[in-house]
Amino acid sequence: MSRYYTDEHEWVDVEGETATVGITDYAQEQLGDIVFVETPETGAELAQGDDAAVVESVKAASDVYAAVSGTVVEVNDALEDEPALVNSSAEEDGWFFRVTLSDKSELDDLMDEKAYKAFVDGL
Amino acid sequence: MSDDKTETLKKLPLDSWHRGLGARMVPFAGYEMPVQFEGVMAEHLWTRDNAGLFDVSHMGQVQLDGEGAADALEAIVPGNISALGAGKIRYTLLLAQDGGILDDLMVTNTGRNLYLVVNGATKHDDIAYLNAQLPSDVTLSHMEDSALLALQGPKASEALAKLNISPMQPGWPVPTDLYFMEAGPFMWGDIPLGISRSGYTGEDGFEISVPAEHAEKLAAALCALEEVKPIGLGARDSLRLEAGLPLYGHDMDAHVLPVEANLNFALSKARREEGNFAGAERVLAQYPDKADKKRVGLFVNGRQPIREGASVVDTDGNGIGAVTSGGFSPTLQKPIAMAYVPTALAETGTEITVEQRGKAISCTVADMPFVPHNYHRKPKL
Repeated sequence: MSRYYTDEHEWVDVEGETATVGITDYAQEQLGDIVFVETPETGAELAQGDDAAVVESVKAASDVYAAVSGTVVEVNDALEDEPALVNSSAEEDGWFFRVTLSDKSELDDLMDEKAYKAFVDGL
Repeated sequence: MSDDKTETLKKLPLDSWHRGLGARMVPFAGYEMPVQFEGVMAEHLWTRDNAGLFDVSHMGQVQLDGEGAADALEAIVPGNISALGAGKIRYTLLLAQDGGILDDLMVTNTGRNLYLVVNGATKHDDIAYLNAQLPSDVTLSHMEDSALLALQGPKASEALAKLNISPMQPGWPVPTDLYFMEAGPFMWGDIPLGISRSGYTGEDGFEISVPAEHAEKLAAALCALEEVKPIGLGARDSLRLEAGLPLYGHDMDAHVLPVEANLNFALSKARREEGNFAGAERVLAQYPDKADKKRVGLFVNGRQPIREGASVVDTDGNGIGAVTSGGFSPTLQKPIAMAYVPTALAETGTEITVEQRGKAISCTVADMPFVPHNYHRKPKL
């Protein structure tokens, strides 16, 4: 399995043709207490850069863009009852949704962990 | 509202103190201000259970001196200022000549002058307007060398009592003797303090005016107490929303009249009868319930917060109102909001629909405050 990152602070785990998407620990830290996550519908066709989800903190709403194109095959239902999972476990239990990748070449433009860490350190 | 992008942001007297405590700073009202320390949710709940210290030094502190100050101010506010006893505070509205709300403010009769606290984002406009309206025998001074700290929460009084603050003169009350909406002058050692029992959280608490050069010493002394933690702007906003208190520039502005803003209580009986404040004819034509729209509270049915700018829509999806503040209530653990709706839909319990990002969200008109006020009111005899 490989993990990729975007400059919008999302992570993408790729296993075969399936990608799991969430927001990074840095992102949850910036957003603060997360009180609601609006995930996409299963079956939705997402193009890279589309609005895919909305994450709401006490104070503000933030868009989560589709890091990669694909069809949504699963969403993390646990976030409905426990949105704070994104705070406590952003890069594991707090995942947002899974897609079947429609264009794996999009992954070439994403960062690896080392590049993302350097990106965050530079902010 | 001021535009923070084009001006250089100013620093609060406590700027370095905030940063030293790990505050995240954001632009607000022309200042770099602490939005949070440990996190909005934790700070909010701490304030509801203990006591929080807020730096509100961005707000404008103004004194009006001169025998005719109260009468002169009454020309542009609808509150009964001339009847305000020494040591008493009144919430009132600064009105434009057409009755539109230019700001909301607290007016204290200190016994020797009037002390006003106005919003930070509007203070320079307010002062210009006041200077243009006030007669020459009333002198306005902007207390730019004073900081303002708010100590809020059910343990605010027991915390403040530990500071050994004495009355300005022997025999006068100590700060914890004050009731809600009372104020007085005090000494903390050799530092003069103006203390009001008031605030913007719905809790008991105090607002303390202190010379800027002593603000850090006072803030540090308060935060050294076990009851007190520093609290940022984020929790200040969620606390005041739960308390049903409007935020100027969001929940009302110059295009809104007092009755529309659901601020009838600020139109005092005597002043309504006199009808001689700015915009009185237009304002009173709506009194008490003849405005087309009204500011109301909303409970959101579901867990997704609705935010400022979302539309209130009718059954055909046409815009009929707007959400002006919205967020998640840490106390109630559900989303709450304020919105303008047609007066016909303003009754508590009315179901309305809000559209946000293309999605219809069902809401119910709610009584405010959302969380009961916990003021230290003077017992009624």
